[in-house]
Amino acid sequence: MSEQAAGSVQPRRSAIGRIFRGISALRESPVGMVGAAIVVFWVLVALSASFLLQLGLIFPPNATLAPLMGPGSEYIVSAGRNVMNMPVEQVCSPITSGTDAGNFDCGTFWLGTDHIGRDILSRIIFGSQTVLTYAPLATLCAYAVGIPMGLAAGYKRGWVDDVLSFWANVILSFPVLVLYILIISLVGSSEINILIAIVFASSPGIMRIVRGLTLDLRNREYVFAAETRGEPTLRVLFVEILPNARGPLIVDSMLRLGYVIITIGVLGFLGLGLPPPDPDWGGMINETRQLMMTFPHMAVFPCIAISSLVLGFNLLADGLREVSLKD
Amino acid sequence: MLIFIMRRAATMVLTMIVVSLLLFLALEINKDAVAIKVLGPYSTDEQRAIWLENNGYNDPLPVRYGRWLGNFVVGDFGESTRFKTEVSEILWPRLANTGILAAATFAVVIPLSLLLGVLAGMREGSRLDRSISVASIVTTSIPEFASAPLLAAIFVFYLGWLPGTSGMSDGFSVVQLILPVMVLVLYDFGYVARMTRASMADVMTTDYIRTAILKGLPYRTVITRHALRNALIAPFTVIMLQVNWLLSGVIVVEYFFAYKGFGALLLEASLNNDIYMIEACAMVAVFVAVATQTLADIGYTYLNPRIRFS
Repeated sequence: MSEQAAGSVQPRRSAIGRIFRGISALRESPVGMVGAAIVVFWVLVALSASFLLQLGLIFPPNATLAPLMGPGSEYIVSAGRNVMNMPVEQVCSPITSGTDAGNFDCGTFWLGTDHIGRDILSRIIFGSQTVLTYAPLATLCAYAVGIPMGLAAGYKRGWVDDVLSFWANVILSFPVLVLYILIISLVGSSEINILIAIVFASSPGIMRIVRGLTLDLRNREYVFAAETRGEPTLRVLFVEILPNARGPLIVDSMLRLGYVIITIGVLGFLGLGLPPPDPDWGGMINETRQLMMTFPHMAVFPCIAISSLVLGFNLLADGLREVSLKD
Repeated sequence: MLIFIMRRAATMVLTMIVVSLLLFLALEINKDAVAIKVLGPYSTDEQRAIWLENNGYNDPLPVRYGRWLGNFVVGDFGESTRFKTEVSEILWPRLANTGILAAATFAVVIPLSLLLGVLAGMREGSRLDRSISVASIVTTSIPEFASAPLLAAIFVFYLGWLPGTSGMSDGFSVVQLILPVMVLVLYDFGYVARMTRASMADVMTTDYIRTAILKGLPYRTVITRHALRNALIAPFTVIMLQVNWLLSGVIVVEYFFAYKGFGALLLEASLNNDIYMIEACAMVAVFVAVATQTLADIGYTYLNPRIRFS
């Protein structure tokens, strides 16, 4: 009731309408569209992973099949053997002609297999689920911590600002990876600890951005109006100031998502990442980098996967920035 | 100006003290855990008690912190449990190796990114500008741990031009330095180039550049005499701040190429619970980062005449 009357003067578009408008604005930036396409591609891959597995198009990500196979090689099994604990006759189709006649064709390793015989394509596809779950989750949590800190520092000023800004300075003075290594070596590597480490290390950066935006917005007339109406501080912060800071924050969140993906990857690469056996792109690179000189495909494909996803978010951020500057 | 420098230096010292306090509390607040890390998991309770007593761990926490900080300031970091020797004996040579890596990286990154940034920013929106911008986004999107295997696959596996490890086991070798530097340059130049471009593009829209062009100066003179001097102030700060990123990058690169540097040492120490080595490495890393930030601030202020003469 009073919320409607107090909050908005002009009629607002629905949330879906605004998102749609944002997406159609992105059409003006080719770079942003390429970024969006890459991100949508990986989201679709992550969503369809289990479905592809059920259809039998890819192998289970953790099944050890045939080690050290090159990209594009066929998975050929002789009669009487078991494939994934099933007799080969039941799951694979027999080969009737050629040199392998009498054996069974159990599919193709499009990107080859790793050192213990797991299908790399399947691990990359399931790895996208891992990274697209934890990276957005960690980024959201970091914003949930950083935004209130930034709003408080920018709006209250005074000692609140001094303390929070100094804290941000201290955390940001650490070289990022040094901070992550310290935290993970202290608390151990698990999903939740990696999440906490990312929130701890990236919320000060978010706080600084929100603080800067708040310092600017707090002097606007609509904020004075809200204060004069006697609205509670929390309402002024989250209803009057925060929504008007969303533009730069959306661009920042896309860049930050890219960084968080890199962070999760680099922790996996250094052996401090998500615990095995579930696939994680950084971990895949680490596990196979020793075989780099004989089987480069094992590490190269996860490298391409993670780089393309980060590139997608960076291009998207660039496109969004370009579009928002035009307005 | 002097007051400004003093204030920045004071902030730096304060930051270092808070960082050291955080580090001390995180790693040493539980003295029994320290004893286990130093003496190993198979030591007896009695041994640990004696060790704690002999090394002053039974004193109150503030006393311990004061002594710890005092030792740190004079460069006494304690003994590494992994290398069985003084931390400083291992740390300084490793830091020097990383210094070589960083110097080589900067020697390539600075000219390359400034040149590309200036070229792109000179004519904003031109085809050259767009391609440099996109290229810098693409290269900064490839994290070091991905570009290292990719470049190794190309230059070591397919072409066979370069060695795949940089252990420097037979003395220093420039060839072994190429791949690590290439990886670091690839990731770092894009950001500096983009910042230079933005700064250059800003300067090109100012009135004094328009005046210089309108009064008929050759374009080359406008760029070299008028634009560059003002456009290069902001990139100076960005380059100094790159040191912080580089310290993260060297960990990955040194780990991948088995280069005996400071980053690999920090990682090794934390994987082996080598507590005094972790403390020393972390403090040195933060010190380098904070010192360059402070220098960047002071340098920026000094270079900017609007601030210097006010």
